[in-house]
Amino acid sequence: MVASPARQRDATAPAVELRGIDKRFGTVHANRSVDLVVQRGHIHGLIGENGAGKSTLMSILYGFYTADSGDILVGGKEVRIAESRDAIAAGIEMVHQHFMLVDPMTVLENVILGVEGGALLRRHVPKAREELRRISAEYGLNVDPDAVVGDLPVGAQQRVEILKALYRGAEILILDEPTGVLTPQEATDLFRVLAALRAQGKTVILVTHKLREIMAITDRVSVMRAGQMVGHRDTADTSREELGELMIGRKLATRLDKAPANIGAVALEVRGLSVRDIQGVQRVKDVSFAVRAGEIVGIAGVSGNGQTELMEALAGMRRLEAGSVTVGGATVSAEHPAFADRLRKLGMAHVPEDRLRTGLVPAFAARESAILGYQDDPMYSRGPLLDWPGIDRHTQGLMEKYEVKPPISRLRGALFSGGNQQKLIMAREMERDPTVLLVGQPTRGVDIGGIDFIHRRLIAMRDRGKAILLVSVELDEILRLSDRILVMFDGRLVGELLPENADERQLGLLMAGAA
Amino acid sequence: MEQLDQIVPLLAATIRVAVPLILAGIAGLFSERSGVVDVGLEGKMLAGAFAAAAVASITGSVWLGLLAAIGVAGVLGILHGFVCITQRGDQVVSGVAVNILISGLTMTLGLAWFEQGGQTPPLPASARFGVVVLPFSETIGQIPGIGRFYTEVLGGQNILVYPTFALVPLAWWVLGSTRFGLRIRAVGESPAAVDTAGISVVRLRYAAVLIAGALCGVAGAYISTAQGAGFVRDMTGGRGFLALAALVLGKWRPWPTLFGCLLFAALDAVAIRLQGVVLPGIGAVPVEFVQTIPYIMTIILLAGFVGRAIPPKASGLPYVKDR
Amino acid sequence: MSGTALRLPWWADYILLPLLNLLLALLAAGLVVVATGENPLDAVVTMVNGAFGSGEGIGYTLYYATDMIYTGLAVAVAFHCGLFNIGAEGQAYIAGLGVALVCLYLDFLPFWLVLPLAIAGAALFGAGYAAIPGWLQAKRGSHIVITTIMTNFIAYAAMEYILVNVLIKPGQMSPETRYFAPNAVLPKMDAMFAAIGVDIAATPLNLAFVVALLCIALVWVLIWHTRWGYSLRVVGASPRAAVYAGIAPAGRVIQAMLLSGALAGGVALNEVMGAQGKLLINFPSGYGFTGIAVALMGRNHPLGVLIAAILFGALYQGGAELTFDMPAISPYLVVALQGLVILFTGGLATMLRPALVRALRIGAGAR
Repeated sequence: MVASPARQRDATAPAVELRGIDKRFGTVHANRSVDLVVQRGHIHGLIGENGAGKSTLMSILYGFYTADSGDILVGGKEVRIAESRDAIAAGIEMVHQHFMLVDPMTVLENVILGVEGGALLRRHVPKAREELRRISAEYGLNVDPDAVVGDLPVGAQQRVEILKALYRGAEILILDEPTGVLTPQEATDLFRVLAALRAQGKTVILVTHKLREIMAITDRVSVMRAGQMVGHRDTADTSREELGELMIGRKLATRLDKAPANIGAVALEVRGLSVRDIQGVQRVKDVSFAVRAGEIVGIAGVSGNGQTELMEALAGMRRLEAGSVTVGGATVSAEHPAFADRLRKLGMAHVPEDRLRTGLVPAFAARESAILGYQDDPMYSRGPLLDWPGIDRHTQGLMEKYEVKPPISRLRGALFSGGNQQKLIMAREMERDPTVLLVGQPTRGVDIGGIDFIHRRLIAMRDRGKAILLVSVELDEILRLSDRILVMFDGRLVGELLPENADERQLGLLMAGAA
Repeated sequence: MEQLDQIVPLLAATIRVAVPLILAGIAGLFSERSGVVDVGLEGKMLAGAFAAAAVASITGSVWLGLLAAIGVAGVLGILHGFVCITQRGDQVVSGVAVNILISGLTMTLGLAWFEQGGQTPPLPASARFGVVVLPFSETIGQIPGIGRFYTEVLGGQNILVYPTFALVPLAWWVLGSTRFGLRIRAVGESPAAVDTAGISVVRLRYAAVLIAGALCGVAGAYISTAQGAGFVRDMTGGRGFLALAALVLGKWRPWPTLFGCLLFAALDAVAIRLQGVVLPGIGAVPVEFVQTIPYIMTIILLAGFVGRAIPPKASGLPYVKDR
Repeated sequence: MSGTALRLPWWADYILLPLLNLLLALLAAGLVVVATGENPLDAVVTMVNGAFGSGEGIGYTLYYATDMIYTGLAVAVAFHCGLFNIGAEGQAYIAGLGVALVCLYLDFLPFWLVLPLAIAGAALFGAGYAAIPGWLQAKRGSHIVITTIMTNFIAYAAMEYILVNVLIKPGQMSPETRYFAPNAVLPKMDAMFAAIGVDIAATPLNLAFVVALLCIALVWVLIWHTRWGYSLRVVGASPRAAVYAGIAPAGRVIQAMLLSGALAGGVALNEVMGAQGKLLINFPSGYGFTGIAVALMGRNHPLGVLIAAILFGALYQGGAELTFDMPAISPYLVVALQGLVILFTGGLATMLRPALVRALRIGAGAR
């Protein structure tokens, strides 16, 4: 559509070249001098675990972030991309994980938004419709231009996003985890479209954590780990095993000193559990497992595969669709639901993965967050009133025992560092002596010292005969702590292994849904 | 013929009452469709009414009064925009503040400037919007039935009535058929989609609140210099909220909003005529009940008992580009 | 996190910033005074004198403040549960009916029985009326701002109908009830002081002021010192954390509105049973909206509400006084000032924050 000088590129030069891209967010070094070369007309895979830096890198290419240092070359020419507009002008478009669509508007309206071609729509719309039809036919992107986007299934909405990009004249298309929301059939359709794009000389960058997709569709693949680029391979010359190993790395060395587990009776039993999210999408699918006293069961998996919904359902924050959960001698099911307050009384404690929105109230003083979930416990009351002096002493005790700094019980939650917030939440949940502890992402955003402290606390708890269910996207953490590892993929448990036998390749394959 | 004697004045009154509702309703429509909630329609209208009456009484020009009303209410629109768009403040709090501020400010300035108990001096006919006499009224007026309709309902209205009714199709056309309208609709539903398409969310929303302000100004001028003959304390009398109710009833769409405004205006016209009327078997008509029908309808609709009024998805939320 | 970069000491956030916002509102009001052709500084002196310069002035100041304490608390309690109750005006109005029914029809009872019954009438009617938008918000997701605006207008119409057609004193033109019997009227403060031999100026200040002070203490205890108040604040601050903690948000939303409406009912006590001794048309006269300004300025804390209510009471009284000395200035100036206070301490609450952060950083660097 809009011709720009950046488009007149050298036909032999790579479509995109990133040189020495470096980006820090505070103390987090998200991209460490990353290089990437993407050839024209290729489907280039970018693979890595959560937090490996893939999204940051692509956001820099699309102008969401600006790199601290490094160069971007498009078609052999250096370009400055400070905002999305610059990327669009350079022919780069991105299909985000969460679609950037206006639900109540039609496909055509969504496609022309921002490139309407004039103040009056009528003059340009017939042309746009024609153009849209042409692009649809060319790439096999079947969508009714007059359908309302919100009424379309997710797969069709994604096609609208791709149409939008192509209509704007994209030469380079970035897709961020495009299959995460798709059914297998829709994913197959998408790959057909990507192949058609390649056939037309477009360049596609496919960001994913699924090995199957990389092997099925890409020409070349780059692997990122911990903010660094760890390898580039031609897809034809590599294997799932090799990529899995590159992605996960050799992590088994960091074993924690811990006594053999002294495993007791079943403390938490989950049978045939299914859970839907607010949009009605089934996120947990017929999951069954048990956690016994004295063991840590780790659920490994790339985030977004149903772990969050599983934990929330177990903690009484989400309705069960089917199946049952047995804890503390009581069984919870869709017919007999229980909310978080009742589950706590049954001996279930929960360290939620979303600290700031769920685990504590940032606007509250530490002492107020220190009783969250236990506010009705007589221990914190004197008659009808809350016993603040007592709660103060209790909070002070928790803070000392769990090394929360600064140990000021009246300080607002938001003013503690992530690690100290987490220690406060752990203290609250663990000091109640529960029989089952649910822990989600316990060390996300926590500094190294804090991580070690939290890990040792969890081991100590297990040694006291508690049942712990741990969800983490940090494989390191899963391997260090777990006595048993369950792998979750696409809402299902797809494998169970023991950490001592855990082979990083096998784990990587399971997590990527490829085994 | 007797029925006609009843119906013609009723229709004429409905139109007169509906005008400020329609103007304010379309004002709210632009603002809220762009994602900025506006409970300050009332205040902006009141400011417009005061400005129009004050300037018209000083200059003797009703058109300068209208211009002043548009200017003052437009500035208030920008102020609301500054709070909601630039400062990302609470949109409802901002609207409430405007309403209360203007209620006090108009009286304070009115008392100080005109020393007539807060009112502006009564406007002579030359400083008001006069009645438009349609061509051939003499002739067509003679025709039984249609004649009175022509002279008293279609004609016999002031000059602001006609553009107001033209505003509805215009708004419908702008929203549905222009680039600006497309973007306004998009930004109220998904500002992120607009932003990633390379369009400025801030500029679009400022444009919308400015339009809302200007239209409220016209509505205010209508109330004080066409319907009335000067400014009286709190003379908008809740019409801004009634317009808001019509907007909810109309599900934020121009034509249904017009329908809501006409319905509320008709209820008002009927209620006034029912004052003191004793119906056989029922007794005195509870006029107050008729007046509450718009508010009750709105609540029922918001509760989703009958139909459902779903506001634009991003309305009320300041746009923060995250990630 | 961008929040950490903009960290301020607590006193800057809780005291300095609100005071600066209030100052901005006062400066803007000063400009309005200039626009009326008067000297704003003279106006301030006159107002302070009018509000606090005499026993009568103080009495009136506290009498106005009483209404604002009730509505300020009503708005604040709802705010703590994350609700914006614009309907205190209508709730107070309906509560007037509850008070009047007790005072008109149960006046054969002695005062010490009428008083609790009237308080119960005010609270029940106010709470009952607030329960409608509360329930709709909690169970049907209807936006409470719009529904409370609508319930205000319904209240105006309903009360007008009842006053004009049902409760009006026969043979009278203005829509108001007969005067209540002496044993169904709250004693004025001057009469109460006279009973113990202390002579103070005669003003409409009455027993409802004492009840308002009790309400401040009650709300303070409820919100900050009970399990219920705690759960209410969790719902208001983070609905997700509430679900995590096993608190059902819907229940708290309804309960918060019940308390809010009951508190708004206090206006009826002060005006209908106290100052007027009869139910009359439009007696809440905007105090429901003043409550928004009072709550915002008082940062939703009962003590803050008390201070803000007295300040606004003084502005009302001082504003009334002002008109005698400066005919160009009207009491409506105070209404405009309310709007400005809501604008600056509410809508623009954080406007000055970045500048304040810079100023404090420079100040710290200079040391």
